[in-house]
Amino acid sequence: MAKREYAFYPGCSSQLRGSAANYLVSVESMCEKLDVKMTQIPDWNCCGASISYAGSSELARHVLSARNFALSDKHLPGQDIVATCAACWLGGRETIEKLDASSQLMADTNEALKEAGLEYKSGTAIRHMVEVLVEDLGYEELGKPVVKPLDGVKVAGYVGCQTNRPFGIAGESFENPMYLDKLIDTVGGESIAKYEEKVSCCGGSLAFCEQEKAEKQIKNIVESAYDHGADVICTPCPLCQANVEVYQSEINRKQGTKLNMPVVYYSQLLSVAYGGTLKEAGLDGHIIQPKKLQEIAVKVVGRR
Amino acid sequence: MGDLNTQMLDKYRNNFLHEVEEKVDDGHWVKMCMQCGVCAGSCTFGPDWEHTPQKIFMMIRAGKREEVLSSHSMWLCTSCYNCMVRCPRELPITHIMHGLASYAHRLGLAPKNQPTRDFSLIFWDNCTKTGRVNELRMTISVYFREGIVSGIKKMWTLRNVGRGLFFAKRLNPLELFVSHGCKDKDGLRRALKKADEIEARRRGYAVQPRGYSS
Repeated sequence: MAKREYAFYPGCSSQLRGSAANYLVSVESMCEKLDVKMTQIPDWNCCGASISYAGSSELARHVLSARNFALSDKHLPGQDIVATCAACWLGGRETIEKLDASSQLMADTNEALKEAGLEYKSGTAIRHMVEVLVEDLGYEELGKPVVKPLDGVKVAGYVGCQTNRPFGIAGESFENPMYLDKLIDTVGGESIAKYEEKVSCCGGSLAFCEQEKAEKQIKNIVESAYDHGADVICTPCPLCQANVEVYQSEINRKQGTKLNMPVVYYSQLLSVAYGGTLKEAGLDGHIIQPKKLQEIAVKVVGRR
Repeated sequence: MGDLNTQMLDKYRNNFLHEVEEKVDDGHWVKMCMQCGVCAGSCTFGPDWEHTPQKIFMMIRAGKREEVLSSHSMWLCTSCYNCMVRCPRELPITHIMHGLASYAHRLGLAPKNQPTRDFSLIFWDNCTKTGRVNELRMTISVYFREGIVSGIKKMWTLRNVGRGLFFAKRLNPLELFVSHGCKDKDGLRRALKKADEIEARRRGYAVQPRGYSS
């Protein structure tokens, strides 16, 4: 039996063929090494993200989250829900906060859920994967499975918005959260304490509809990483990852820049440091190749 | 939609603040703004906003109904929550901006072809169809929203991005034909429909404003 068990809410982008498919792969290999068992919530649905407000009512969005909570409670009772996506986690936290504060909203949500034969009772906890790592396991335990320290890899820890605001990780500041840097250091990488764009916004989902405005943000995020001599940017958010990696070629095309900065997830750093292969760490899922990490992943080390 | 606007105009006459308090998600917070401007200075796309949140709050209190509800400004919110965590009065500014945008759309006052509004509608339609987002279909809908010619242009412009994602196995044409989704998508859609009915009842709308395409 695994040391720790959680109900897993992967979210839409992490699914097979999705834009963050390699995130899920790396999380799975990381969790295996840490003896963390994650069971997907059966028949989970989209959280509605932060962008559905024109088409949906507030109540409908709570119903989306509450359906996932009810399913988790039904099939995986007593387990905390873990989300890997910042927007999923944030949406879930908001629903819990709002429903706990209003008995009417709770009753309305359940009236709607009844149509799907489900009931949500309060008391659900939804956690970001990072919270599980730093709070439940702790940095010391996270350091133990390291077989390939990320020696000489300079990593710009890009926390972004929604893993950081408005809830964030307990004990961290909104303006300069340290957990990502600590994770980088824990697996032997070199974090960049003065990375200015750590908590800037990449434009989020508005990269779809306001691409040029988002590209302005992304350019700053990447250029600041270059200024500090980073080899790679690391983030806890699938949308940050996609935006910051994908649009670099567009910025280059329009502005004649030569941006080519790889962007990876924290779970990929941990997976590689724990001895994960290219595939296990999801390092075969990039447009801009994270070469230094790939070199470490294929390196053979003697068993300890 | 236009009818709902007339109804609300009749009901609230010269009291837009009151209307916002009753009809907009988290609208009851608006009167708490003390006009310090921290939100305006913290906004990601702030320089592009015609009216920053600070101004919008004052405009609401000044009864500038038309100007606020037909503004592009709220639609430029990236949901970064910077304003919200920095607000000394702890106003849930992000939610109020979404609420105002949502209300403007409901009344039919949101600017025509507003890119974020259109994207938001496409997103909601996409994710509620099967219960999960189909990224490829969603992207195509967004790019082709202004017609086939501009859609093809957009796809052509972004061909390198698409090719990169394809080879990285993060985009797959198969998604056009098979989609991830909930087994009980019908139950989910019934629940969402019910949620809209309840919302309409609570907010006192005569008609159910938004449905689900099938």
